[in-house]
Parts: sequence; C-alpha cells; structure tokens
Amino acid sequence: MTDVKHHGAHGAQDGDRPAVDLSDPTLTRFEIVREGARRDDIEIVTYESQFPHPGSKQEKRIERAIALLFILAGALAMAFLAVYIFWEWEFELGWTLSDYFTPLLGITLGFSLMCVGFAILAWAKKLLPHEISIQDRHEAMSTDEDRQITGQTMVYTVDELGVQRRPLLKGAVALGLAPLGLVAAAPLVGGLIRNPHKNETPEMYSTGFNPAFNNGQLVRLTREDGTPIRPDDVSVGGQMTVFPGIPHGATNEWADSPTLLIHLRSTDAEAARQANAGDPNEHNQDAMWGNYIAYSKICTHAGCPASLYEQQTNRLLCPCHQSQFLITDNARPIFGPASRRLPQLPITVDDEGFFVASSDYREAIGPDFWERP
Amino acid sequence: MKRRKLDIGALPGATAKQLDDRFQVATPLRRLLNKVFPDHWSFLLGEIALFSFIILLLTGTFLTLFYDPSMREIEYEGSYTALRGVEMSAAYASSLDLSFDVRGGLIMRQMHHWAALLFMASIVVHMARVFFTGAFRKPREANWAIGLILFLLGFLAGFTGYSLPDDGLSGTGLRIASAIMLSIPVVGSWISSSVFGGEFPGHLIIGRFYIAHVLLIPGALLGLISAHLALVFKQKHTQWPGPMRTNSNVVGERMFPRYALKQGGFFMLVFGVVALMAGLFQINPIWLFGPYRAAEVSSASQPDWYVMFMDGLVRLMPAWQIDIPIGDGYVIPPLFWPAVVGLGALTTGPIFYPFIEARRYKDKKSHHLLQRPRDVPERTGVGAMALTFFVVATISGGNDVIADKFHISLNAMTWIGRIGLLVLPPLAYYLAVRICLGLQQHDREVLAHGVETGIIKRLPNGRFVEVHQPLGPVDEHGHPVPLDYAGWVVPKKMNRLGALGPAVRGFFYPIEKPAEAPTSPGMPPVQPREERKELTSGGQQ
Repeated sequence: MTDVKHHGAHGAQDGDRPAVDLSDPTLTRFEIVREGARRDDIEIVTYESQFPHPGSKQEKRIERAIALLFILAGALAMAFLAVYIFWEWEFELGWTLSDYFTPLLGITLGFSLMCVGFAILAWAKKLLPHEISIQDRHEAMSTDEDRQITGQTMVYTVDELGVQRRPLLKGAVALGLAPLGLVAAAPLVGGLIRNPHKNETPEMYSTGFNPAFNNGQLVRLTREDGTPIRPDDVSVGGQMTVFPGIPHGATNEWADSPTLLIHLRSTDAEAARQANAGDPNEHNQDAMWGNYIAYSKICTHAGCPASLYEQQTNRLLCPCHQSQFLITDNARPIFGPASRRLPQLPITVDDEGFFVASSDYREAIGPDFWERP
Repeated sequence: MKRRKLDIGALPGATAKQLDDRFQVATPLRRLLNKVFPDHWSFLLGEIALFSFIILLLTGTFLTLFYDPSMREIEYEGSYTALRGVEMSAAYASSLDLSFDVRGGLIMRQMHHWAALLFMASIVVHMARVFFTGAFRKPREANWAIGLILFLLGFLAGFTGYSLPDDGLSGTGLRIASAIMLSIPVVGSWISSSVFGGEFPGHLIIGRFYIAHVLLIPGALLGLISAHLALVFKQKHTQWPGPMRTNSNVVGERMFPRYALKQGGFFMLVFGVVALMAGLFQINPIWLFGPYRAAEVSSASQPDWYVMFMDGLVRLMPAWQIDIPIGDGYVIPPLFWPAVVGLGALTTGPIFYPFIEARRYKDKKSHHLLQRPRDVPERTGVGAMALTFFVVATISGGNDVIADKFHISLNAMTWIGRIGLLVLPPLAYYLAVRICLGLQQHDREVLAHGVETGIIKRLPNGRFVEVHQPLGPVDEHGHPVPLDYAGWVVPKKMNRLGALGPAVRGFFYPIEKPAEAPTSPGMPPVQPREERKELTSGGQQ
C-alpha cells in the first residue's frame, strides 16, 4: 500500500484501490500494464477487441488487406528503384521517355509510402482493441510553500553574492562585462554594417550613366550586347531597353541602370516636352532629344522593371504591383502604389551620331528611401 | 572454471536491467508509454506541419550536397539546351544542375518545395483550429505565441529558400525585399546596404541567405518546434467536451500501442502525398524564368502562396507618401506601411489575443476543454474577420492574373481589393456572429423539444402537430424535460440517433450483422416504436 501511495504521490484518486502484488504469478500481462497505467494515474476504462473472438472471419480479412498493402508497398518501392536505375533520365530537348522519369518516381514512391501509411493505420485502427483511457490532468500547481521556498532560494543566492552590499564588485562586473559584450558585438556590427553613402560617387544617387565611371566621358546608351544606338534604330512609337555603355554595363553590377528609351510620336513628344519644361523641380528640363525620351526602368515603388509600355495611352506599367506612370507627364504615377515619378535620363546624340546620356540621372533612381530628397 | 551458458531468452531482460541500472529510465519510460492523448481529426493538422518539417530537413540536406551558393558569373554548360551558353550565377547554374543533371534531383527539389508549401498551409489551418476552439487560452498562451513565431520563421525560411536558385523570379523577389528594407524610416538605406553588402544585388546576398536558410532559421525552427511539442507534452493536449471528459482529465488512448502507431501511419501518408505531388505537379520551374536580370520581368510574377497576402497588401496600398519637410526633406514611402508595419503587426499582434480575450471575459481560469466555435460568437467573428482579410489580401496578390484570365480591368481589381479589404471583414464578422447565434439557438431548441422526426400527426380535433423525438426523459404530460447544453454536438437528425440503423459493412458481401442498437455513449439509444405505430395508422387513413 505504501508503495502505491508513493508512486501516486501527485494524485489522490488511488486511495481506495487495493495494491497489486506484482510477484503474483497468476497476473496476466494486461493486468501488469493496467497496474502500470494506474501508477501514472491512468484508468483504462475500456479495452475491448474489435472482433467477437480471435481468428474471426473479419479479423482474417483485415489481416489479409494489411498484408496486401505491405506487399504492394514493397513492390512499388522495387518499381521506384527500377525506374531510378534503368529509366532514361537525362534531359533531352523534345518529347522523350526521360520526361516521365520524375512523374514515375513520384508515383512509385508516393504510392509506396501511402501503402505503408494505410497499412499501419489499418493495423492500428482495425486490428488493435478499442480503448478509452482516462488520465488525470494534474495541473498540480506548485504549492504556495514551494513557490515561497524557490523564491527565497533565488533571493538568497543574490543575497549571498552580496551585490547589494558590495558596490565595488557591482561596478567591477559592469566594467568588466560590458566591454566584453561589445567585443562580441563588434565584428558583427563592424563587419556587417555598411554605410550606403560613403563612396565618392554616392551609390544611392548614381548609376552607370555617371561619366565618373567612364573616365569623365559621356556614357553611351547601348543594347544588352554593348552596341551603341542611333536615333534611326528606334521606330516611332517604339521603345528599347538600354544600358550604360561601360564594361559590364548590362549586367547586375549595374542593376540600377536599365533605362527605357522611347521614340514618341510628335504630338506626344510635344506634350512630354511641355511637361518637362514645366517640371517644378527642374530635373527634367531639356532632358529629351528630339522626340526621344528616356526613363529609368527601375520602378520607384519596389524596384521591379516597369517594363510594360502601353503605346496608345503612353503609360508604363510595372507588372509586380501594377503601378502606372504617364510618360507624357514626367512619368507621373497615375495608378497603383507608386508615389514617385520615374526619373528621366537626360539624353543627347554625340558627334558620331550615337545616343549618350548628357549627364547621370538628376535624381535618385529606384525604390524610395528615407533620406532620398 | 565453468563458462556460464548464455541464456538467449533472458538476454533482453538482462540488457534492459543493465541499462536501467545506469540510466534509471524504467519509470519515466513507463510514463511516456502510458501517456494518454485525446483524439480528434482536427488535432492532426499540427502534425502535418511537423511531418512536413521532417521532410524539409531530409530533402533539404540532399539539396545542399549539390547546390553552390555563389553569385560568381559563369557560363551555363549543363544539359538544358535552351540556356546553354547563357551567363548566369553559379547558384542558378547549380540549381539547374539539380533539376537536370542530378539523377532524381528534380523530384527532391520539388518535394522540398511542396513540403514547404504544405508546412505553411498546415500551420495556418492548425492555427485556425487552435483559434476557433479556444485552445490558446490559459495555460497555453505561450504555445500560441510560439506558433505565431513559427509562422513568421517559416515565412522567412520560405523567402530565403526560394531566393536561393537566383532565377529571374527570385531575383525580382530579392529586389522587392531590398526595396522593403529601403522603405524603413531613418535606417532603411543602411539596412539594405548592410544586408546586401552594398548596393543591390551585390555579391554576398546568396551566400548570406544560404546560411540563414540552412542553419540559422532551421535551427531556430527546430528549437521552437521542440519547445512547442514539449509544452504540449507538459500541459497535455486539450480535448473536446464529451462523456467522462472534464477540465481535469484527459480521455483518449495511451500513446502505446495505438496512438503512436496511428501517428507513424499518418507520417507515412503525408510523406507519400508530398512525394506524389512532387512527381506529378511541377512547382517553381526555374529553368523557364532564366537568370535574374535587373531589366527583365514578366507579368504574373507571384511569390509562394503564403507571401501573397503581403504582396496583395502592397498592391492595394494607395500611393500615400509622407514627406517630412526638415532640412533637405525626408520621406516615408507607401511601401513601408503594408510590408514592414503590416507584416510585423499581422504576425506579432495576434500574440496578445489570448490576454485580450481573457481580460474581456475576466477569465483567469485554466481551460483544457475546447469550445465549439458557435459557443463563442465574438471570437469566431474575429477569426472570420481575420481570415477574410487574409483571403482578400492573398487574392489581391494575384489580381493581375485574375484580371487577365477573367478579362477584368486591372485597375478595377485593385479597387475591388481596396474596398473589399475594408468592407468584407466587418461583414464576415457580422455574418459569423449571426450564424453562431442561430446555431446556438437551434441546439437549445433541440435539447428542449427533441429531434424533428418529420412525422406530422393529426390530432382528433383536426389539428396537425409535428412529432419530436425527445433526447432525454419526459414528464408526466409527455413533454421532454429540457436538457442542459454540454458544449458538444447535439444530435439533430433521427439517423444520428440510430433510427435508420447503421449501414451494413462489406462491399461484395455483408461482413457484419446490422447492430441491434447504437452503442455510442454520447447518443442514448431510442425506442422508436410509438412513432412507427403512428406511421402505419397514418397510412391506413
């Protein structure tokens, strides 16, 4: 009796139940299991077979089904291996057998695993006895005494250290540990944090069209392959993505530089010129060359290329968040989440008849940021 | 000296004894084997997340064996002909190799991606279950908070993960991430510059995302998942109300043999479904997107589904820029509100919900019994509101695709989203509360009057009345004694009372006899004899 009480110390419900003598040879295994459960304050209320008697017809039937599932799983796993080893898998252009490699792997592996899953589930749900057990939840709150003791122990520890009484130590610890903490933070802070404004040509405000990156020469507008562009190359109403004509100008090294060069129809060009002339902060004045106009392709909202050009309405649409910009009005945002116009690249034509940027962008390109103005 | 004969039969017992002498595991092991778990299908949703996480660890480890987290520009020379000779990053090239030049690599990649989508989906559904049934109440507030942090970590794991292939789509995602960092007031440009190691895209980001994706975030996930499970273990699972079930016990099955076996089977099932999807359904075909180029994007650029709500919020945000006219002037771009404030608030705000609700109901007790959503209409309404918000935002994340496929104006879609985001959630709240109250009322009605039998009786005076089957005892006038609502399903149809008898099992031939009477302890047996009499007499009239 004392033994049982000891094990059930946190639960009070086992007082009226006789102790089980585990050395009793007549005990069945289930009785031992039930006794174990009781010691954990679990009462097995029902535990009954799903079948009227062992070896019944239903039981055999379910057994056979489970066996079949396992065998099927094995067969499918073998099929997986066979496909993996023998099936043609290397990619070839066009319609080939290798197109079916991954689907076959998926089908064989997937169904094999599912067979195992169903087999185990059927074993548990159909063959094992139904059970209802009740366990005491024991949200045994610590007693107030325990709480008091733990609290006092912790306070006692602080007392013993005597930080309150020993101000010298307090100061010394602070002086000793704070610098050490800073040491831990130093490589992270010093190595990771990077000032975006430290370069001579400030990276947030300059692009590949800055003559500083071209030995002071004006930078040509080029195609992706680096060839320069003549005015004749863009037909009326047409557009072209251009890059700075410097080494690697079309690569992600200069991810802020892609620009859209548009050849406007003469009426639209007139409207755009007037809008440029009336630009309140004078960034866009004299930026066009003839009927040609160039805007940064990097959306001022989230930086996607605003590349869908609607010729009839002179709108540029960014496919990421559907900001729309009116080309003939300083690329003013007219719909969507963008709040800032696309910067215009001032362009002209050099002595050899190729487009050049007459200067870098006159305002920061790309997504907006705190200190941009 | 005589050698003692080895007794094979006693060997396991002897080994176990030796082990227990050293580690004293017998008692704790017995407790573990015996631990009782309540059972309900809705408790398995979180398991799906756990199992997906295991699949993610397994397949992810395989992927790391071939992936090269480098932004070095190289010329692709693999077997995918369409991109041969194209300049691309080593990361993208190795991702292509994983898809084309590693035998079975594609299915691993797709399993990883599908498991990630399933991971996030099951977290969301599991969270909804926990919310609507009140499982987050005291003492489980901490686990609710951990769950929300797990969602946020999963979100970050997903984002860092799909950035790694460095294809056209993921580069666009990175570009947007950089813009989101830039939008943070005061320190935005410093954060972006620090994270990317310079101006976007720099040369470091893939390597940094790689270590975050394979070590830092999974480490945090693993730690928090362990804490999550340990708390479930320690605090024991909640259960639905029902016969024998109280706030101070757990009614169910012991972990062994049945419960653990069912878990194992379920894991295999989840694993199998993921493998099947990975084989049959293409996901993230990076070879179609090409390498990332800052000047290129295509329409229908959608992130993974669990990021779409944020993308949708970004799309719907009006162009409200805040200018601060100090010095040269400063600016807070509109992107800041949905992407930084919105994401932060939506993932951390709900952490406080359990405390808010407890305060509102002045409820300081511990709760281990779940509540049916209908019984707490306000909470259900709040949940319906949140879900509606999430769905509208998610749909708006694909509004360009919807506009394209259904020939709706793109601008109209944006406006529908903007208005819907404000109007639909309150509407959902109102409808959910009304539906809850209606269901509550019907429960009470059935408990008071009994189940409608569908039988109309004509009284001698010519009146017609409907016959109700009482659920409990009747008083001397034959009127049912009203029953108390027990917080659980009230049977509302005669066949739930066993009136029609259960279907006979067996496909080709019956393998069991029809049961004599229903045996479920929650549903008392009925004697439908009187009603049957009424029926026959009705037929003779």
